Amino acid sequence: MNYFPDEVLEQVFDFVTSHRDRNSLSLVCKSWYKLERFSRLKVFIGNCYAISPERTIDRFPGLKSLTLKGKPHFADFNLVPYDWGGYVYPWIQALARNRIGLEELRLKRMVVSDESLELLSRAFENFKSLVLDNCEGFTTGGLAAIAANCRSLRELDLQENEIDDGQWLSCFPESCTSLVSLNFACLKGEINLASLERLVARSPNLKLLRVSRAVPLDTLHNILSRAPQLVDLGIGSYVQDPDSEAFNKLKATILKCKSVKSLSGFLDVAPQCLEAIYPICSNLTSLNLSYAPGIHGLELIKLLRHCTKLQRLWVLDCIGDKGLEVVASTCKELQELRVFPSDLNGVGHAAVTEEGLVAISIGCPKLHSLLYFCQQMTNAALITVAKNCPNFIRFRLCILNPTKPDHVTAQPLDEGFGAVVHACKKLRRLSLSGLLTDRVFLYIGMYAEQLEMLSIAFAGDSDKGMLYVLNGCKKLRKLEIRDCPFGNMALLEDVGKYETMRSLWMSSCEVTLGGCKTIAKKKPMLNVEIINENDQDFCLDDEQRVEKMYLYRTLVGRRDDAPDCVWTLDAS
Amino acid sequence: MGFEETELRLGLPGNGGGGGNGSEVEVVRKRGFCETENVDLKLNLSSKEVTAGADATHDKAKSLINKEKSLLPSDPAKPPAKAQVVGWPPVRSFRKNMLAVQKNSSESSNQTDQKGINGNAVLVKVSMDGAPYLRKVDLSMYKSYQQLSDALAKMFSSFTIGSCGTQGMKDFMNESKMMDLLSGSDYVRTYEDKDGDWMLVGDVPWEMFVESCKRLRIMKGKEAVGLAPRAMEKCKNRS
Repeated sequence: MNYFPDEVLEQVFDFVTSHRDRNSLSLVCKSWYKLERFSRLKVFIGNCYAISPERTIDRFPGLKSLTLKGKPHFADFNLVPYDWGGYVYPWIQALARNRIGLEELRLKRMVVSDESLELLSRAFENFKSLVLDNCEGFTTGGLAAIAANCRSLRELDLQENEIDDGQWLSCFPESCTSLVSLNFACLKGEINLASLERLVARSPNLKLLRVSRAVPLDTLHNILSRAPQLVDLGIGSYVQDPDSEAFNKLKATILKCKSVKSLSGFLDVAPQCLEAIYPICSNLTSLNLSYAPGIHGLELIKLLRHCTKLQRLWVLDCIGDKGLEVVASTCKELQELRVFPSDLNGVGHAAVTEEGLVAISIGCPKLHSLLYFCQQMTNAALITVAKNCPNFIRFRLCILNPTKPDHVTAQPLDEGFGAVVHACKKLRRLSLSGLLTDRVFLYIGMYAEQLEMLSIAFAGDSDKGMLYVLNGCKKLRKLEIRDCPFGNMALLEDVGKYETMRSLWMSSCEVTLGGCKTIAKKKPMLNVEIINENDQDFCLDDEQRVEKMYLYRTLVGRRDDAPDCVWTLDAS
Repeated sequence: MGFEETELRLGLPGNGGGGGNGSEVEVVRKRGFCETENVDLKLNLSSKEVTAGADATHDKAKSLINKEKSLLPSDPAKPPAKAQVVGWPPVRSFRKNMLAVQKNSSESSNQTDQKGINGNAVLVKVSMDGAPYLRKVDLSMYKSYQQLSDALAKMFSSFTIGSCGTQGMKDFMNESKMMDLLSGSDYVRTYEDKDGDWMLVGDVPWEMFVESCKRLRIMKGKEAVGLAPRAMEKCKNRS
């Protein structure tokens, strides 16, 4: 089978970087498996409990980059106990013990202690890049260790983490000049501004800088003067007297930042100062104003009119349908749009509706990723959107009232979503909301051939709904369901299916303890976890409905770090 | 399939958001739904007992994990009191918290809007012809020209002959005399605006005045003669 010597094959394999393709390579034959495993540099583990650190290292001893994901997605919405798990320490410890030449660590929804960060900072000489997305458990003490000890640090990206604050920026030694990417926008405390300015001044390769709210415009001006080569800029506080000399200086400095392609932040903003940004808007491909509630509809529109090259836009729903119409006519290159709700508790001021979405679909045919929080929707609108944008890869619609029907016809939204899955042949991710019957699941099962991730809430009438999906979607990897009338019948129809998926989450559904036990017994390669947070003792009656169930395939059996409220059902 | 079967009573806040879209009356159809509201997480942070038979590394790993667990915040975000559905809308807690903080700070700064940019005081220098030194006044403390006038009078009446000893100080003997002087035609209240022009106090609405005033000068009548008509002209041009 080997027509080429290993060295040649290795060279060829070097061009294959996506982990899925690499996985495929490794399945061709034994010698390819062996070659592939020694040459794999980047390892992606979508569920940190699917495999152990030791076995990972054993298979891929040459790994330089590790990506780990921990908690289930619904942890984002407070549905998972905070101490559920997802600890990174054992991984770092194992990597250190085995002297792996780790250079990059990317974590999502993991628990990261300061101790982990300290070990990380000391154990890997060439460590270059740390990305923490939606993690918790560490303080700026841990960050200080990273800053102080990682001599060739290039990237530190703190994305949406809850962190206690303190001094850490000043811990970057004077000798650290390698920074390329620094994102600390999520921090809430004071920042040593002088340290920040000095750090920027000695980082000639700095391309991405996203600062927190504590960084005022004056500092921003100083930073931009020293780093006009920035490609990605996240502004903290954007407040100044527009009549001041300082503001004039800022305007002039911003003009020089011709490389900025991505802009975000504006965590505090004086809207009358926004005009300083207009000159660079036409270079922008990515704009994230979803944390800038201080920019109201009209100002937002004025700004967006300059953004003709935009490919990615994240905004708050105060943009309104009118604003979306402006986006539709201005941003012809738009590929990804996210519209977040600005008013989470109130009745809502009908900020965006189906009209805005339809306008976007007409004006932006390249749109392939959507996250849209809105007050109302209609089947007609969804059908139109599907027709105009058949290229959707990700389609997530969240109607704020989760069981609202088509507001014109009072019908369920089955037909609308059906049109989306039918027209969008490349659809990989879908989130549903609104009034939905089993019918929508029939459509999904029939047409969503490429679907990998499906999120369902308050939908469906019977087990048939879930069955349609499980039977029809051959490529399904992640299924998460809450508050739907799906029970044991659907759950147990084909338990083998779950071994082809990463995970299944079901909460507030009709599945019982008995049903979950059945799966656990039949499929030892699955961990079936029951989460029970109620006061009363969970009675062991098989007929009892299970509040939350999370099952996932694994090669290493039950985990030993689960808290008391999480039970892994016995496989025997 | 009857409509009844698809009914779902959720009791969402604000009675269904958009409002007025027909009946939003729905039934709770599952046991335990109410129990999922306002989940009270029982936080048991006591370290787990290591079971017999575990080897040393296992012990160590567990104790480290327990250590990590104890670092987790002991008061996780509870669902907001208003919302009756946990985890809906599906927005990350980080984003929710961020918006809440920003909302609070903007609300408190809105209340101080009259105070000018960033809620700061609007301090301007006040000079009065003949007074030995200047004063400073915070325009945000007042809501009308009258209030400002009274305050200025009080301020400059504090000068006494005894402490300054110059001829001009005789004018500043008492408050009522000051009021007379100020309201009479002898003294004219003027101010320098953003463009650097000297304007007559009182022409524009109070809020506009606060925003544009850079400094105040109370001029003696004779010097103001040349100024006043020009100031008037400018105001006329503006409006």
